[in-house]
Amino acid sequence: MRTIQATEITAAVSRLCIRANTQLPDDIVSALDRRRKQEPWPLAKETLGLLWENMELACAKNLPICQDTGMACVFVSLGQDVHIEGNLEDAIHAGVRKGYGEGYLRNSIVADPLRRTNTGDNTPASITLHLISGDTLSITVAPKGFGSENMSRLAMLRPADGVQGIRDFVLETVRLAGPNPCPPIVLGVGIGGSFDKVAYLSKKALLRPIDVPHADPFYAQLETELLTAVNDLGIGPQGFGGQTTALGVSIETAPTHVAGLPVAINISCHVTRRATEIL
Amino acid sequence: MQHILNTPVTREMLAPLVAGDTVLLSGVVYTARDAAHQRMMELLDRGEALPFPVEGSALYYVGPTPERPNEVIGSAGPTTSGRMDSYSPRLLDMGQSIMIGKGARNHDVCDAVVRNGAVYLAALGGAGALMADSVESLEIICWEDLGCEAVRRLTVKNFPLTVILDSHGGNLYQSGPQNYLSAIK
Repeated sequence: MRTIQATEITAAVSRLCIRANTQLPDDIVSALDRRRKQEPWPLAKETLGLLWENMELACAKNLPICQDTGMACVFVSLGQDVHIEGNLEDAIHAGVRKGYGEGYLRNSIVADPLRRTNTGDNTPASITLHLISGDTLSITVAPKGFGSENMSRLAMLRPADGVQGIRDFVLETVRLAGPNPCPPIVLGVGIGGSFDKVAYLSKKALLRPIDVPHADPFYAQLETELLTAVNDLGIGPQGFGGQTTALGVSIETAPTHVAGLPVAINISCHVTRRATEIL
Repeated sequence: MQHILNTPVTREMLAPLVAGDTVLLSGVVYTARDAAHQRMMELLDRGEALPFPVEGSALYYVGPTPERPNEVIGSAGPTTSGRMDSYSPRLLDMGQSIMIGKGARNHDVCDAVVRNGAVYLAALGGAGALMADSVESLEIICWEDLGCEAVRRLTVKNFPLTVILDSHGGNLYQSGPQNYLSAIK
C-alpha cells in the first residue's frame, strides 16, 4: 500500500489545468502543422495559418489558447494499492479552483442548469474515476469547451443500421454542426454499451491521441474512412470552405445488447486539450 | 479582398463588403453575449436606453479570460453567435451595424442584415490569443456582476475578421464550402 497526499493531487490538477489550456498536445500540434501545409484552398490555408499563429502566441505569452477554458473534465485512474490521505474528489475540485485562479482561466461553470449562477471558480470538476491494479495514480485534465460540446449528438440505432448507419449519423452530425464547433474538429465516436455508457465512450475517445489508431484493425479502418468522408464535406477550417474539416476521428467501443446499436459523437475543436500526470 | 474599417460605421461603408472578404477593423467594439443580450432586451422593454451608442456600432460576442496584471485583456476569441439570434434583429433594426462572432445565424438574422445594410463578421473561433493581440484597451461599462459576460468597451486595432453575411444576402457558410467543392470536382 502506497500513500499519496491529497495536497499532491491538488497541486497536480492545478498544474494540469494551466498546462492543458496553454499548450496543445503533440498529436494535435502535428496534425495542425501537416494540414496547414497540405490544405489546397487559399482561404482555408490562410485560416489554418492564423490558428497556428494563435497557438504559438498562446504558448509564448502564456495565454489560454481559447477563451473558453472549458469545463474541467478530470479522468482519474486510481491504483487499488494506493491509499489517499484526504478526500480525492475534494482534492480535485481544489486543484481546479487553484489552477483556474492562478492561471487566469475563465470560470464557465454555473451551479444549477436552470437558475444559472456562476460558481466563480470553475468548480465542480466533472470527475471520472477508474480503479486499476498497481500503486499509481494517473490524472488527465481535458478542459472541454461548449461551442463544440453543444454540437455533439447521440442516437440509439437499430442493429440492422450497421456500419452504414454509423457513417450516416457521423456525417449528419458534422453537417448539422457546420461552422459552430470551430473546425477543424476532432470527433470522438462511441459505439455500443448503453445510453449512458456510449456518451462516456465518445468522450473517452477524445482522450486518445489522434495519431494512435484503434487497436482493432476493423475500427482503425473505420476511423480512417470516417475522417476521409468528413473531410469530403468541404466545410473547411472555421466553416469557410476547404479540405480540412477534421483533424482526427477516434472510436471507442463496448459490448452492447442484442437489440441495440447506440452511437454517440462527441465533437471537439482544433483546441482539443488534454494533459496527464502520473503520481 | 481586404477592407480597412473604422467604427462607428455607416451603411455606405459596409456596402462593398462581400461574403468571403477579410476585414481589418479598428476603433470601438462592445462585447456582449447571452446574459448581456438578455439584459439589453429588458432595458428596451422598459423603454430605457442601451448602455452604448447603438448607431453604427460593432458588437463582439465574447467572454474573455481574466486579464493578467499589466495585460489589457485575456484570451478573447468569439463564442457561438447562434445563441444571440433571437436578440440580434431588434438591435440591427435600431442601427447596430456589425456583429462579430462565429457560427451559423438563422433566417431572421440574415434578413435583418440585408434589411439594415449590416454585416456579420467572423472572428477566428478558438483563436483567443490571436484575437486578444489586437485589443488596445478594455473598460467594463456595465453589469460587472456578469463576470466574463459583462459589457466591455474595447478599442481594437486591425482586428482580423472574415465577412460571413454581407448586406446583399451573401453567406460564406454556404458559398465557401460550395465553391470549394465545385473547384475540386
